[in-house]
Amino acid sequence: MHFPILSVIVFTPVCAALLMLLYKPDQKKAVRITALVTAGVVLLLSTIVYFSYNKAVAGYQFVEKYSWMPFLGISLHFGVDGLSAPLVLLTGIVMLTGVMISWGIEDRPREFFAFLFFLASGVLGVFASLDLFMLFFFYEIAVFPMYLLISIWGWIKTREYAAMKLTLYLFIGSVVALVGALAMYWQSGQHTFDMLVLEHANFPVSFQNVWFPFVFLGFAVLGGLFPFHNWSPDGHVAAPTAVSMFHAGVLMKLGAFAALRVGIMLLPEGAKTWHWVIMGLALVNIVYGALIASVQTDFKYVIGFSSVSHMGLVMMGFATLTREGLTGAGLQMFSHGVMTALFFAAVGMVYDRAHTRDIPKLGGMAGPLPLVAVGVIIGSLVSMGMPGFSGFIAEFPIFLGIWKTQWVVAVVAALSIVITASYVLLVVRRVFFGRMPAELEGHIRPINAFDKIALVLLCAIMVGLGLFPALMVPWVQTGVQHVLSLLGGA
Amino acid sequence: MNFLGNHLLTLILFFPALAAAVIFFLPKDNLPVVRWTAFAASLVPFLLTVILWALFKPGQSGFQFQEQYTWYPAVHSSFHLGVDGLSLTMVLLTTLLTPLALLASFNITDRLKAYMMLFLFLETGMLGVFMAVDLLIFFVFWEIGLIPMYFLINQWGSEKGEREIWKGVKVQARNYASLKFIIYTMGGSLGLLLAIQMLGVLFQTYDLQALYLKWNTLNGSLLGFPVTTVKAVAFWAFVIAFAVKVPVWPFHTWLPDAHTEAPTAGSMILAGVLLKLGAYGFLRLVLPLYPAESQHYAGALAFLAVMAIVFGAFAAYGQKDFKRLVAYSSVNHMGFVLLGIAAAAKVGFSSTDVALNLSKDIALNGAVLQMFNHGLSAAGMFFLVGVLYERTHTRNLDDFGGLFTLVPLYGGILIFTSMASLGLPGLNGFVSEFLVVRGSWPALTGYTAVAMLGLLFTGAYILKSLKQVLHGPLNEHWAHGDHRLTEINTREILVMAPLMALILSIGIYPAWILDVVNKAVLMLFH
Repeated sequence: MHFPILSVIVFTPVCAALLMLLYKPDQKKAVRITALVTAGVVLLLSTIVYFSYNKAVAGYQFVEKYSWMPFLGISLHFGVDGLSAPLVLLTGIVMLTGVMISWGIEDRPREFFAFLFFLASGVLGVFASLDLFMLFFFYEIAVFPMYLLISIWGWIKTREYAAMKLTLYLFIGSVVALVGALAMYWQSGQHTFDMLVLEHANFPVSFQNVWFPFVFLGFAVLGGLFPFHNWSPDGHVAAPTAVSMFHAGVLMKLGAFAALRVGIMLLPEGAKTWHWVIMGLALVNIVYGALIASVQTDFKYVIGFSSVSHMGLVMMGFATLTREGLTGAGLQMFSHGVMTALFFAAVGMVYDRAHTRDIPKLGGMAGPLPLVAVGVIIGSLVSMGMPGFSGFIAEFPIFLGIWKTQWVVAVVAALSIVITASYVLLVVRRVFFGRMPAELEGHIRPINAFDKIALVLLCAIMVGLGLFPALMVPWVQTGVQHVLSLLGGA
Repeated sequence: MNFLGNHLLTLILFFPALAAAVIFFLPKDNLPVVRWTAFAASLVPFLLTVILWALFKPGQSGFQFQEQYTWYPAVHSSFHLGVDGLSLTMVLLTTLLTPLALLASFNITDRLKAYMMLFLFLETGMLGVFMAVDLLIFFVFWEIGLIPMYFLINQWGSEKGEREIWKGVKVQARNYASLKFIIYTMGGSLGLLLAIQMLGVLFQTYDLQALYLKWNTLNGSLLGFPVTTVKAVAFWAFVIAFAVKVPVWPFHTWLPDAHTEAPTAGSMILAGVLLKLGAYGFLRLVLPLYPAESQHYAGALAFLAVMAIVFGAFAAYGQKDFKRLVAYSSVNHMGFVLLGIAAAAKVGFSSTDVALNLSKDIALNGAVLQMFNHGLSAAGMFFLVGVLYERTHTRNLDDFGGLFTLVPLYGGILIFTSMASLGLPGLNGFVSEFLVVRGSWPALTGYTAVAMLGLLFTGAYILKSLKQVLHGPLNEHWAHGDHRLTEINTREILVMAPLMALILSIGIYPAWILDVVNKAVLMLFH
């Protein structure tokens, strides 16, 4: 019996959350330190999992299985493969940086961090679950704290609307997906929710064709697939900084990941039938998302819509059903997670000081906040797929995958690169350079040490991965190999 | 020595980037330390390049000093570097101009650390393009170089000047220029990126030598079209990407804006090296990958080249802004590079006609030498314009006049450099332009004839600028009081001295460089 590292990772945040709720409301410092230590432990453990994952052996590793409801075939079954290990790591990174930049939160930090950690446990649970029921279980756990976090700590103008919209969208999506999952449960005839069994259930093609859209699209709502994306920019904008980081950085990957794990991996024939549809929708995401982002005047909405565009690339990579496309999508999930966490952290830092996110009212922020400017510039380069940064490493294989499937799509999707470049560069210039408006002069205080550490960490990951793709590509490739084997040959 | 010998290219390539990382940790307020560290650091790649030049064996075919490391096996790309005579000349140009540009930047005080770091990153980016033997690595460096240049123009460009973009909406000219620069280049490279992706999917390799072979022997149909159609489209995708960078008429409009707004050293590098990336792309990728298509469309390329030569000259003549004039002169001069390339393409690689083949080689030699020469003279010209601007804060030609009497030394240097640009025999420009027109004449007689008329206008605009700056009645404003124009100083002379020495040495004895170029051309394009 080895050390149950995945269970520890998944349940540490929730235990910490419960512990924090036992503190007195005014023990803010103790809460913050507990949060920081917990996040540090999770990141440390997830790094250990990531680097000790044996790529030569591949498959699911660190597997743990505990019977939970045997008469329904439900068990607590954890394990990571080459696709989920990077996402667990990503969650650790976003958790730690999210706690760091929320250090100064004054309004009920106890509840804030507690809810954030419930959310984190849910997210980690989804990435690690090998049991379909548990996957749903954690999925809902991840969605619900979001509602509270946005509606209590969010941006006062839109928080109630956004929180409600987000929650309804995601619940509807997950209900639709759940219907599909139950169909699989009954069809398999084996009375199990174990995904390792269901992977080989050989569902009839007609069954798969009917239920694939339920499962895939249901989860894809959370992944921000057009036309189900419009909860996401509203949600991003209304959420407090750390929650936006989680939300765009990790939660959207949850949708994409579940769509892959449950949709494509359990119903491969359905995926083959429907992949043109997904491709079309993802193409709309990519181009339309970039276009909408380019006309936003709210800094945070720009990032929100750019996430829609980038998540479109993930979906596109899935839809190609090729080795290159899937590899790229796996990398893009990680790369986009880090990038968007950085973006939202930076937006939050600017907003906390300027009290506005309206781009025309900002300017000259690079003077008092040089590191934030550098961070956003690096994020922008990742965002436009500049070679040498992680975005290129992820997008390039996706495009190769598209070429293998349908070259016209590649040509259209490539337009988004130039659109993205133009709007991110414009935003960077308007917010960080030029003249600072007189009313902000002298009000911009420098960022603190935690903010700096968080920014540097996120930037270093993006540059490191961009220069040395070997730090992640082999992991993802092993995961993709398994997906391809389920897709038959390829 | 062995380590040095085996890793020479990587050392040259990454030394500037490492130096930039070191500069990051230097004290922000100690400007001299930052300046001298950056300058000293940029000399190292230059010295290593001199060693490289000495160790290089011109007669040996293929790439030398090759180094290959695994980089991204999932997309079949490896970090593969190498140089031949063609890239070696360009590497020399880059490592030579960078220290000079840094020396020219000693008057910068605003955020000096960031400025120097961007410059050194830029050097790594440019060198990478010239050294890449892997198509994807080529593209990686091709794009990376844009970013430092964007910020150099955008942050350290001229502070004055506005530009109306849309019905009275005005933006700062340097913002307009920098965004135009990057969007033009990235937009132009989209087709290149797509074509690169297609090649990768098709051949599962990005190794240039393998691609030359495989792509040229491909038959049948591709993506549902005949291979010839796909190749023609891909050819134009490549051509547009490089034509924007050269820049070739009508893709040149970003250039006058970018040059005018860029800081002096930025203009030096932009004209001196960045434009060569485009021409290098034609020689390294377009001709070897698309011999048939380039032959087929050689007339179109020659047409564009001649338009660049003629319109570039006319446009330069029409400018009132000294820096803009020099910028348009780049369009004019780079047109000759493309003309030589078009002539070579027209003859093709399989001609058996001895005389035609000889002309082709002459044209290519001329084109490569013209790249090098223009790098020297354009960098020099931009620097001299910068020297004048720094003292007078104007670039308007009407504001000058008769300055020779005030600053005879500056005047002499300006005349010397202008003459090199004009193509005076005895200086470098003459050699390369002569080679280009001589080589192009048999294959593209009509175009070459028009191009030679363009040469006449080159003379006209250069003499016009000299007249307006140095001669005629003295503008008394610059002769007295605080406005009094000061003579070019020692540091500035040190920037010009190496350029002038090379200009003269190539003009008098071009063989030292043509020997390397010629052997590379003979091996590459036969």
